[in-house]
Amino acid sequence: MEYEAVIGLETHVQLRTRTKMWCGCVNEYGAEANTNVCPVCLGLPGVLPVPNAEALRKTALTGMLLNCNVPSYAKWDRKNYFYPDNPKNYQLTQLDFPSTIEGFVEFEFGDGTERVRINRAHLEEDVGKSTHFADHSGVDFNRAGVPLLEIVTEPDLTGADMAYEYLNALKAILEYGGVSDCDMEKGQVRCDVNISVRPIGQTKLGEKIEIKNMNSFSGVRRAATYEIERQIGVLREGGTLIQETRRWDDAVGVTESMRTKEDAHDYRYFPDPDLMPHAPSEEWLAEIRASVMELPLARKQRLIADYHLPASDAEVFVGDAALGDYFEVAAKGAKNPKAVANWVMNNLQAKLTETGGSVADLNFEASAVGELVGLVEGGQISSKIAQDVFVEMFESGKSPTTIVEEKGLSQVSDSGELEAFCNEAIEANPGPAEDFRNGKEAALNFLKGQVMKASRGKANPQMVGELLKKILGS
Amino acid sequence: MREDLQHAVKLARIELTPEEEARLGSQLGDILKYIDKLNELDVKGVEPTAHAVPLTNVLREDQPGKSLSHEAAMRNAPQTANGLFIVPKIVE
Repeated sequence: MEYEAVIGLETHVQLRTRTKMWCGCVNEYGAEANTNVCPVCLGLPGVLPVPNAEALRKTALTGMLLNCNVPSYAKWDRKNYFYPDNPKNYQLTQLDFPSTIEGFVEFEFGDGTERVRINRAHLEEDVGKSTHFADHSGVDFNRAGVPLLEIVTEPDLTGADMAYEYLNALKAILEYGGVSDCDMEKGQVRCDVNISVRPIGQTKLGEKIEIKNMNSFSGVRRAATYEIERQIGVLREGGTLIQETRRWDDAVGVTESMRTKEDAHDYRYFPDPDLMPHAPSEEWLAEIRASVMELPLARKQRLIADYHLPASDAEVFVGDAALGDYFEVAAKGAKNPKAVANWVMNNLQAKLTETGGSVADLNFEASAVGELVGLVEGGQISSKIAQDVFVEMFESGKSPTTIVEEKGLSQVSDSGELEAFCNEAIEANPGPAEDFRNGKEAALNFLKGQVMKASRGKANPQMVGELLKKILGS
Repeated sequence: MREDLQHAVKLARIELTPEEEARLGSQLGDILKYIDKLNELDVKGVEPTAHAVPLTNVLREDQPGKSLSHEAAMRNAPQTANGLFIVPKIVE
């Protein structure tokens, strides 16, 4: 019997805000332990949490980027459990009226585009960070109360690689939206993976196994690959699977049971009495909608369609949005956008790396790069001269046309002038000229080089080649 | 009923003597019976509400406010080390 995997992901993402979700403590990574804390995020008695408006805006924006609805009513609930990193003994979350619902993410997978449905993206709070010692554990509450968005997919993923690509696409979207820095090293993205397997053709889902708290996408891929194999193996040998939570041991490369359904948590959710519901107004939503940006995949597809760029070039401009914006201005009206892309990705990038600056620091407009490429394409200057002009642009900020005029760098395409250069080169180098007449093709390149040198790089190389051949009578 | 009480006791991480269990069990029963009265009401067509006060969008702007000093934050901790609250070893 053949089996198929069904995977759903719950991805927790820390929002990029200045302060925490319910209090004015700074939301920052790496501060001295227990310095960004106050009575609210320490769960001391008698305090009143107040939601961070920016976190709600970023949540709504995320919803829009994930094609979700943003309902006109959302509320907060308490999820009750005891754990040392959870100071209030409940976590504030959104149970039945989340801030965003029912969307989808599109991403490239295999040869095509896949779509994974999003069940919801709801707002909650992060917990403290524990450090474990031999006999004790220590808790730092700087992270407690940091706004945390939980993005829940429908069980639409069918394999470990697909889950991996979905996560990469999700991260790209969240980074594009400026919603989260998604820094995995800082634990800003964590993932719970729900996996079941079933015989192909069966509609009923198999027993769901959850792998908790994955903190790398490659880890998710490895764990899912292992877990799918394991579950199919159990069923093949006539065994049965039970609903349980498992832990991935990355060093050993196995999952192991943490708890089964019998001792599953009973969270006793109820509406939080301290927090009033959020009812986004049309104006509030319209303001956020106006800031919705083009998604990475859409941008890539548009760059390919509009500028006839190869996918790899488009990916460079999607990965570095500022460079991509720069390219689009530079390529405006360009006859050969690919040539402009090459200049931006190679020459400009190299120069920026050298100077350690960004496109925002340049003292010439993006359109100047387009102009420079236009001069090369139009035959006014050689690509070698263009390099010199480019260096000059960096230094003086002058337009390429001005530099070419001032320095007299225009390519010589006047056949009379070029003929004079050619004759000089032949007279000065009778040996190579004779060699060429005797059929040694390579000698022509030597003569051509002499002409280019004499013209200080300005001679039109193609015309020089033709003229030399004509004069030497071949 | 006894099972419900034991479940609640377990969730609340408390221990009860048999006397307490008997007393609290009967009190809890009384409370639940009282709340059962609500079932007599016909609430068809009544929207569930999370709050009695019709108030929404009580928000704050994302501006840093005052945090506690580290010393003040740790003052009531039974045990600290390396700036951390020390707790019994967490195992799961």
